[in-house]
Amino acid sequence: MRKNRNVSFGFIYFVLLALFLYIPILLLVVFSFNDSRTLSFPLSGFTLGWYRELAGAGTLIESVWNSLLVGIGSSIVATILGTMAAIGIIRYEFVGRGVFLGLSTIPLVIPAIVLGVALLIIFRQMFDVNLSLWTVGLGHVIINIPIAMLIVASRLAGFPDNLEEAAMDLGATYWGTLRRITLPMSFPALAAAFLTSFTTSFDEYAMTVFIVGTDPTLCLSICIHNFGSPGICRSLSHWQLSSWLVLS
Amino acid sequence: MADLAVEVRDVWKFFPAPRGGEKVAAVRGVTLEIQRGEFFTMLGPSGCGKTTTLRMIAGFEVPSKGEVFIQGEPMSTVPPHRRPANMVFQNYALFPHLTVGQNVAFGLTIKRTPADERKRRVTEALELVQLAGMEDRRPSQLSGGQQQRVALARALINEPAVLLLDEPLGALDLKLRKAMQLELKHLQDRVGITFIYVTHDQEEALTMSDRVAVMNGGIALQVDSPKEIYERPNTRFVADFIGETNFLNGKVTHTDSGIAQVAVAGEQVKSQVGSDEVKVDQDVTVAVRPEKLAIAPPGKNENHALQGTIQEIVYIGTDTRYVVKLTSGETAVARVQNLSGRDLEEYNAGDQVSIGWRPGDARILTS
Repeated sequence: MRKNRNVSFGFIYFVLLALFLYIPILLLVVFSFNDSRTLSFPLSGFTLGWYRELAGAGTLIESVWNSLLVGIGSSIVATILGTMAAIGIIRYEFVGRGVFLGLSTIPLVIPAIVLGVALLIIFRQMFDVNLSLWTVGLGHVIINIPIAMLIVASRLAGFPDNLEEAAMDLGATYWGTLRRITLPMSFPALAAAFLTSFTTSFDEYAMTVFIVGTDPTLCLSICIHNFGSPGICRSLSHWQLSSWLVLS
Repeated sequence: MADLAVEVRDVWKFFPAPRGGEKVAAVRGVTLEIQRGEFFTMLGPSGCGKTTTLRMIAGFEVPSKGEVFIQGEPMSTVPPHRRPANMVFQNYALFPHLTVGQNVAFGLTIKRTPADERKRRVTEALELVQLAGMEDRRPSQLSGGQQQRVALARALINEPAVLLLDEPLGALDLKLRKAMQLELKHLQDRVGITFIYVTHDQEEALTMSDRVAVMNGGIALQVDSPKEIYERPNTRFVADFIGETNFLNGKVTHTDSGIAQVAVAGEQVKSQVGSDEVKVDQDVTVAVRPEKLAIAPPGKNENHALQGTIQEIVYIGTDTRYVVKLTSGETAVARVQNLSGRDLEEYNAGDQVSIGWRPGDARILTS
């Protein structure tokens, strides 16, 4: 009897938690079929009109495509580089390991706007490259490397410490061990690193606005859509930057 | 020379100290000659350098000085994956993402052994360790003892010249450990591979080994058969670490053809001289095993010189332990077997007794 009550309490708690987490997203789906301009109840009627409109919004679709491209590309590169750094930090003793770990995680705590401005200066003033999706991708790689590295490093640190030794003892070379043991066992972490990087990249606005060229990503498109022109978005960011500088 | 499976020649290993400063010597000039087909054990307390020495044979550590030879070949430039040695790790180190069959086949897979031969040999190896038919299980589905066997099969399938075992039974419970000790010994007889075994468990070492190296402080103190190690320890450490020993301090008064007379607690006792020569007037320790110590009613005779009082009597089933306080204040422990017909009430606490031993059963130790 008592056990049953506990189970039902746990279940209710679980349901409430799930609702809290997912209702906002569910509402978004519901409203996408709602026949009204404003996102408010009561629902006024079912429509597929918004989807029809979306199909016609060429620039928006293009910006989604850009976001996916940059997100996937930069996440792959960041996961590879982050994994390499993680293996170095966790598996090897070397002079300055702590310093390296510190330096490589600093991008995590630098405001994206600051990074954006810094990258803009580097790209334009120092190297005079044209801003494009490539520069955006490079910027996203920079903010994603520490994320990927930390995720993979935590997995590597949790390994039973002699699995790799056992593989080498059984005849595997360093690369064979990496391929057969280290990477397969780290796969959940590699996937998590990739997905987290992708989400970060897909969401990233504050830095992107500075280093994007003429191909806006989704975040930028939404800003431009709301405020009219890319210039406003950029000045918005400048305003954010200066207020951040004043505050700090 | 050709018959040596492994030779460790004056090997040293220094590790950098945790916070700079002096380097720490984990192994200090260890020399071992391990015969082909031998069950050889390195025994010692934690930090004695036994595991570091094993890891240098495996190739996971590089000696700071000295050289390791396997089958006569110097190993200093040979990486672990090309050494004819395989290791069984303390926590088994089974690959959790592979099945038991894939774990055991790992070495053969690396060597690109044809699939049908690989399958046959995995079956054989699992039969050898009594795990036939377990190929498709995951390591996590097995008990500790079974995982241990998988680790053994995974190493043995490669038919190494030497099998290295790093406290492989440490994680098992006592009963299983005892069973596995005998099983390991039988397995070694059957496969004929040289085993180098590391343990801190003296009973394990004595039970299984052909020869034992007792190590302490990075030095191999004594390398001998279990019987020699137990009966003729060459240092106080070995005598103390293996089994139980009474140590009585005294001064040599006379020596004669391997037997020395020593003044202990004001009385003259006789003891066999140990591995080191002794001189008259030298301060020495007389070491006697409790089971070699006899108790008799008070009164002196040739072999029963020391007098004392029984302080405590502990009945432990097969034996009875008598703790005797000598007139000098030192205590000695005698262990008497409870044989059939023996009167258990022979002595009581507080009784005056004399203790003694046959000169050949005691050893004089100088270090």
